Amino acid sequence: MSALVVQFLNGLASASALFLVACGLSIIFGVSRIVNFAHGSFYMLGAYLAWTLTRGLGWVGYGPLGFWGGILIAALIVGLIGVLIELVLLRRIYQAPELFQLLATFGVVLVVQDLAMAIWGAQDLLGPRAPGLRGAFDVMGQRFPEYEMLLILIGPIVLGLLWLLFNRTRWGTLVRAATADREMVAALGVDQRKLFTSVFFVGTFLAALGGGLQLPREPVQLHMDMAIIADAFVVVVVGGMGSVGGAYLAALLIAQLQAFMLLVPDFEIAGLTISIARMTLIPSFLVMAVVLILRPYGLLGKAPSHARTQASVEPVVRATPPILAKLGFASVAAMILLPLIADEYGLMVATEILIFVLMAASLHFMMGPGGMASFGHAAYFGLGAYGAALAAKHFNAPMEAGLVAGPVLAALGGILFGWFCVRLSGVYLAMLTLAFAQIVWSIAFQWVAVTGGDNGVLGVWPSIGKTGFFYLSLAFAVIGVLLLRRAIYSPFGYALRGARDSALRADAIGIDVKRVQWAAFAIAASFAGSAGALFAYFKGSVFPTYAAIPKSVDALMMVLLGGVQTISGPLVGAIVYMGLHEQLVRVTELWRLVLGIAIIALVLAFPQGIAGFAAKRFAKEDGA
Amino acid sequence: MTIKRRELLAGTAAAGVLLGSPTILRAQNAPIRIGEINSYSTQAAFLGPYRNGWNLALDEANASGGIDGRRLETLFRDDAGKPEDAVRHAGELVAAEKVDLLAGGYLSNIGLAIAGYAKQNKKLYVASEPLTDAIVWSQGNRYTFRLRPSTYMQAAMLVEEAAKLPITRWATIAPNYEYGQSAVKWFKELLAKKKPGVQFVAEQFPALGRIDAGATVQAIAAANPEGIFNVTFGADLANLVRQGNTRGLFERRAVASVLTGEPEYLDPLADEAPEGWIVTGYPWDKVETANHVKFRNAYRAKFNDYPRLGSVVGYDTVNAIVTMLRKGRSTDTEKMVDAMEGLKFQSAFGDVEFRKVDHQATLGAFVGKTKLVNGKGTMVDWRYADGKDYLPSDAEVAAMRPKDS
Amino acid sequence: MSVLSVRGLRKSFGGVEAVAGVDFDVTAGEMLALIGPNGAGKTTCFNMLMGQLTPDSGTVSFDGADITGLPPRAIWRRGVGRTFQITATFASMTVAENVKTALMSHRGDLGRFFARATALHKDDAIALLDQVGMADQRDRACGVLAYGDLKRVELAVALANSPRLLLMDEPTAGMAPQERVALMELTRQLARARDIAVLFTEHDMDVVFGQADRVIVLNRGKLIAQGTPPEVRAHKAVRDVYLGAGTTSGGH
Repeated sequence: MSALVVQFLNGLASASALFLVACGLSIIFGVSRIVNFAHGSFYMLGAYLAWTLTRGLGWVGYGPLGFWGGILIAALIVGLIGVLIELVLLRRIYQAPELFQLLATFGVVLVVQDLAMAIWGAQDLLGPRAPGLRGAFDVMGQRFPEYEMLLILIGPIVLGLLWLLFNRTRWGTLVRAATADREMVAALGVDQRKLFTSVFFVGTFLAALGGGLQLPREPVQLHMDMAIIADAFVVVVVGGMGSVGGAYLAALLIAQLQAFMLLVPDFEIAGLTISIARMTLIPSFLVMAVVLILRPYGLLGKAPSHARTQASVEPVVRATPPILAKLGFASVAAMILLPLIADEYGLMVATEILIFVLMAASLHFMMGPGGMASFGHAAYFGLGAYGAALAAKHFNAPMEAGLVAGPVLAALGGILFGWFCVRLSGVYLAMLTLAFAQIVWSIAFQWVAVTGGDNGVLGVWPSIGKTGFFYLSLAFAVIGVLLLRRAIYSPFGYALRGARDSALRADAIGIDVKRVQWAAFAIAASFAGSAGALFAYFKGSVFPTYAAIPKSVDALMMVLLGGVQTISGPLVGAIVYMGLHEQLVRVTELWRLVLGIAIIALVLAFPQGIAGFAAKRFAKEDGA
Repeated sequence: MTIKRRELLAGTAAAGVLLGSPTILRAQNAPIRIGEINSYSTQAAFLGPYRNGWNLALDEANASGGIDGRRLETLFRDDAGKPEDAVRHAGELVAAEKVDLLAGGYLSNIGLAIAGYAKQNKKLYVASEPLTDAIVWSQGNRYTFRLRPSTYMQAAMLVEEAAKLPITRWATIAPNYEYGQSAVKWFKELLAKKKPGVQFVAEQFPALGRIDAGATVQAIAAANPEGIFNVTFGADLANLVRQGNTRGLFERRAVASVLTGEPEYLDPLADEAPEGWIVTGYPWDKVETANHVKFRNAYRAKFNDYPRLGSVVGYDTVNAIVTMLRKGRSTDTEKMVDAMEGLKFQSAFGDVEFRKVDHQATLGAFVGKTKLVNGKGTMVDWRYADGKDYLPSDAEVAAMRPKDS
Repeated sequence: MSVLSVRGLRKSFGGVEAVAGVDFDVTAGEMLALIGPNGAGKTTCFNMLMGQLTPDSGTVSFDGADITGLPPRAIWRRGVGRTFQITATFASMTVAENVKTALMSHRGDLGRFFARATALHKDDAIALLDQVGMADQRDRACGVLAYGDLKRVELAVALANSPRLLLMDEPTAGMAPQERVALMELTRQLARARDIAVLFTEHDMDVVFGQADRVIVLNRGKLIAQGTPPEVRAHKAVRDVYLGAGTTSGGH
């Protein structure tokens, strides 16, 4: 019994920690609709700066004032850094297509990672413990740390303060109004720019505060940003975007689940040992999947009053201009001749880029014409890779069979997950794809008997040489892209775009919107799967990382960088992103810094994506 | 065949400069190149000292005349913790940079991915750090060698000490990935063999880097074990220690802990380092053997810092490669592999051999107890556990390795 | 013979009866206007006819078959076209493509992944656009059209499945007065020529009394009057509702 009580307290403490990070993210999203990837970076910066102010500078005799003051000042500084980023970067791209800001904040993440390493070094930094709170309470015969007790209180206190801020101040009223209906606030003549900036300050301040308060709990280190960001998003979505109370509820639910699952003993089903206690990474995503399926806008979230139906009008998809068709034809011809001039390395790079071109094109198909952004496209890439590798490993399947098995498995995944996903829209849909991707990843990671766990499936080599494999990849990429392109111009493509443009109208002319989107989801999944299967043979091995978040992010970055609105966008994006990444890693150790800056520069220069920019220029020259 | 055609084309394609490297001349004077792949951006704390150790040995080798007059040079690549990136770098290093051999690897799956590449492309790969047993056993191959004492060896060293304790109820805490899982598996298996009657009353497998330490400590305490076997490291370890100390988890309980005595993991704990844990590690300031003193002095002189275990691993990887090259006198892969098999070399810790039977080096580790001295954790009552004493029999090993290795 | 037949239609939201038992019929070739002050239940009624809302009770029959509770797309497939109060068109398509998409849907082409849509039903689309006077704007993007033109496109789209019934929710809202009459004049001609039943709601009384064959009046969810325009104009209850509310036309 006492063990259960203490475990409940543990859950409460973790919930507070989670809530502090998530509430800032929720507020920022609620008002600005920005999916702020850099939130984890602000959290990490808050912890590092707090460490510097409370221990790093080597002051002696910190009292409680030094400790708490240090954490607060650090959070304020980070809040100002957030303001700076909002002013110089985000403010310029609010008008860009939805999710484009994600690209910019991802650039910030990369830059902060390298800067933090340069400033604070690679070694974990153990912060001071809170003065006067090093001891423990006695809770029913068990010791419970005083600081954890404090955390349990801080969560609700911050929640209460935020409530007062939102309900008792004019600023708070404006923020609530903007969360509910952005256009309305703009129409009332409120200076949106100031509102956004101040909201960004509060959000980053809270993130940094959350980071600083972790000092007495865990060492400050360079993985803090990535470790927290996915969890924070889950909490925000489960709670309902923009709902602070919902965020607390969600944090509580997830933290308690995570605490109590550790007490569940292993059991066996059909000879398979199931260890609930080991699956610590799954419940948050499982909760998110279940909540989104049952309550599409989160526990306490409301459907946005103006579901941004026409917020960014997608341009008309026209027939390919002859010059572009010629260019495409010429590039394919050049690729066919490539093995004559390129060395082995050149071929290798080209093969990898071709595979990612296919992956990006598949994501674009559902994101662009389909209007369904995915944060979890790696799931289908990974399923494709595992489909091929497991067929080879367990059934001795030849490569030809593996290249079929991969896309088939991915398509099955797409059919299963897509059925749930198409019931949602916008960021909620994207978050549900992420949840499913994490579940795929967890299975790959934890079902060791079949997938080999994190050690992966090894020895999946192609039955043809490197030049042959290059041609195979070229064939897959060219045929894949042409098929997807063909589908966009087909009657089905029109139905899909119609469903995206206006679900109301589509329904009124006999289009089954969900079914069309579901089919598009499965098609995109199967093409991503064929990219994954190729990748498996290309690398000779398959690992859970193929289905992990960074792969999803890579695919998303390619599509956004190239431009969602043009069919050539993902191709350009894949080439630029992969090319940059590949070459930067060779020449500099600070490749993340340079890549991050490059992404930010590209975002500012081409808010429609690179190909989108080119297309616009084209259109102007055409006089259309 | 294709290569000839390509060179021909390159020649006619006015790329005359490319031809300016006749292979014979290159073989005599050009440096020997090592392609080194590691997770520099994601595992920086361990790999900074590692690279220092590497460069120290490299400079020493070149200062003493290189390999038959050829300089040794390294191309470092960052795999960012992704096996697929590591394979790409391996391809790039071999195809574009024409390296003679590959080395490196910190994460186990990355080591395995490079090992797979090495086997497929018949290139020598000297795995420095990955701990997984699979790399030399179940997935072992002719072209892959591994320096650092493996998960099995580390567990075996701790089992030897744990078996001496008068306790039978054990709990385990390990990060939930292959390294943690196999460490626990071996510890349980070997301890049960050595001391029949031991019980394992609780197992916790927190996600790597994401431990919910309070809840984990509570779950372990609820089972009331007499001893705890810990495999967590880094930030997870620090969390565990803080929560465990405050909640009294370690009081009146024995703790056996893998790698915790390594300065990489002990030093960040500062004055909160646990006391009395049985650990494997590296008491860098106390090992006074001739080889080690020479290494330590050189390291401190060059970097104005003390060596970590990673420094030793980097240093010894290069030492092994240098000794192999001087022995085999060739950069032909098959000849290098032949030279590596059974290679004896002088490591910072003394004599080490790369076993012919499984390509595992016999580098050992130090086993001792942790203690706080002047507000810092250190190891006491330590001894050097020679790796060769903590490996299964040759017959068992041969049975585990694939037939075609 | 009535094309659409509504009996005992009811819908309430949280205890408030938005539509409280409504009966009416529309016959082929007839223009029937549904009028009533704001909040009378016109839009709720419309959404139940088209399948966007499920009635609490009552039936909707189309051509003698019960279509109550079917989804919009199924109702459309039986031959019901619709336009919206706020135009809903596909902004990323040209005018012609909007009509073509409806034609492709009507003719069962949308499941085709590899056919080229460009060549499909081109002439039919142009013919439809010609009828609403939009043929010369066929290659313009829908996103850039003037509002009145959008309404015409919607009309062409609604005609694509050769409907037997056209449901038009506030067809002239947001248009200039002379445009309004022109649009409804056009609708009337088309309805006559094709023998289509048209049910529309309207605020502009000039449009209502000028174009409708028959008018039904809804107030607080109940039908209070029906008949020819002169009959309704003279009806006491209607006069009470409208004059009492102080408005005779253009409720907003």
